[in-house]
Amino acid sequence: MAWEVVIGLEVHVQLATRSKIFSGASTAFGASPNTQACAVDLAMPGMLPVFNEEALRMAVKFGLAIGAEISERSVFDRKNYFYPDLPKGYQISQLDHPTVKAGSIDIHLADGTGKTIGVTRAHLEEDAGKSLHEDFHGMTGIDLNRAGTPLLEIVSEPDLRSAKEAVAYLKKLHSIVTYLGISDGDMSQGSMRCDCNVSLRPKGQAEFGTRTEIKNVNSFKFVEKAINTEIERQTDILEDDGKITQETRLYDADKDETRSMRSKEFANDYRYFPDPDLLPVVIDQAYIEAVKSTLPELPEAKLKRFKEQYGLSDYDAEILSSSRQQADYFEAAASAAGDAKLAANWVMGDLAKNLNQQNLEISESPVPAEHLGLLISRIKDKTISGKIAKDVFTAMWNGEGSPDNIIESKGLKQVTDSGAIEAIVDQVLADNPKQVEQYRAADEAKRGKMVGFFVGQTMKASKGKANPQQVNQILKQKLS
Amino acid sequence: MTIKSEEVEKIAFLARLRVAEDNRGKLTEDLSQILDFVDQMKAVDTRNVTPLSNPLEMHQILRPDTVTEENQRDRLQAVAPATELGLFLVPKVIE
Repeated sequence: MAWEVVIGLEVHVQLATRSKIFSGASTAFGASPNTQACAVDLAMPGMLPVFNEEALRMAVKFGLAIGAEISERSVFDRKNYFYPDLPKGYQISQLDHPTVKAGSIDIHLADGTGKTIGVTRAHLEEDAGKSLHEDFHGMTGIDLNRAGTPLLEIVSEPDLRSAKEAVAYLKKLHSIVTYLGISDGDMSQGSMRCDCNVSLRPKGQAEFGTRTEIKNVNSFKFVEKAINTEIERQTDILEDDGKITQETRLYDADKDETRSMRSKEFANDYRYFPDPDLLPVVIDQAYIEAVKSTLPELPEAKLKRFKEQYGLSDYDAEILSSSRQQADYFEAAASAAGDAKLAANWVMGDLAKNLNQQNLEISESPVPAEHLGLLISRIKDKTISGKIAKDVFTAMWNGEGSPDNIIESKGLKQVTDSGAIEAIVDQVLADNPKQVEQYRAADEAKRGKMVGFFVGQTMKASKGKANPQQVNQILKQKLS
Repeated sequence: MTIKSEEVEKIAFLARLRVAEDNRGKLTEDLSQILDFVDQMKAVDTRNVTPLSNPLEMHQILRPDTVTEENQRDRLQAVAPATELGLFLVPKVIE
């Protein structure tokens, strides 16, 4: 039977506030255990939460960026469950009145097609602490530094139809939150964590099949693998006329399989109710408009502009607009180069290759965008050839300075003086009488290839600096 | 009787409360009476009433995003039964 895959994602984005959502403790990553867990985070008696205005502003920013309706009145609720890394015995979250209501996100797929994915809602909540299960004399260690870190949980509609679409959605989400500057998006530090709801149904059937939820997948690669592994597992069961159990599963990257988390009894009975310690959060249109005016150009708008303004292909525009740093770098290089297409090729080619090799972000590039642009402009105005440009780039990468300085100090300037080139060509012809004879004796058809030998010798003799077009032209004249 | 003894048991488990066997009957009865009373109140037409999330006619006050808390780990952990390497120690939660 043909099965249709249905996927919905719940993504927890850690907001980049300085302090916690309900306390004045720091949210900085990597501090010594429990040094950033204050009395509020520890749920000491009598402590009261006070809402962080920046967390609210960031949630509103996100909502506006995905065209969502913003709640003028949102309410915090208590989600009750017991776990040692949740000292209060409940997590403060938003159930019926989330700050961000329905919106949508456009995704682009590798085959050039696009799709709009519905976002059901995005609500604010606090993170829990961390449990360390290594052996502490048979006990569990608890670090509450992360407890109370603001999270925005973004819930998608079940609009995704493959693991590839899920990854495209997640990447778009990543690019939106980092463009907005509301999260560092560092997945390795848990700044974006993803729960994947996966189900199958016979193609053409309207009702959804039974779904499973894969918890806490923390990289783009693992999201794709985890979903595909789960699709295979469910297909096998359904093909054998089996039934899917609705449950929470964990993805084990080492074994590339999903495993059932032992279903906790009554696990989903959270008995939500409004948190009496917090009052309803009320904002007005003026506030929303003020936040709107601070939104940067977003990935989707930038992608469109790159295509229109610079004539870039879908693919190039998508790659270059995927992060704000990359987009800014490209635009600065393009402007200094006076040629966007060449700038795009260099940014995605030599620069990307070198950055990858040394595992650097584009913001850490040893070659500033203006220098790369200048280098490209020197190819365009024929100061250097494209081949020499690669050497100049390497020198720039190694910190030898601006392209003009390098070209000057290494004497790499292209030789365009035809008299000088003619002299070199004459020398090459004089040094290779046999080849000249063979060339003159050969058919017109073979000569094209044979001239390559002389071009090579001439370029070598000029140390790569002779203008190749001129060399070609002069050689043809002299050999005929 | 609005609720059953098993439901009281379940709620007690969720709230981590120990209810003595011989007290369960009485508790079930009391809780049922409260819920019966709630049922009575349901007769009131509340279609035009905004659900109350807080009895105070006030809005949430916001706090500027600044770090105001210093590290007080030593003082806060002084009351903990067990700590090690700065961590709170609790009975093992997974096998």
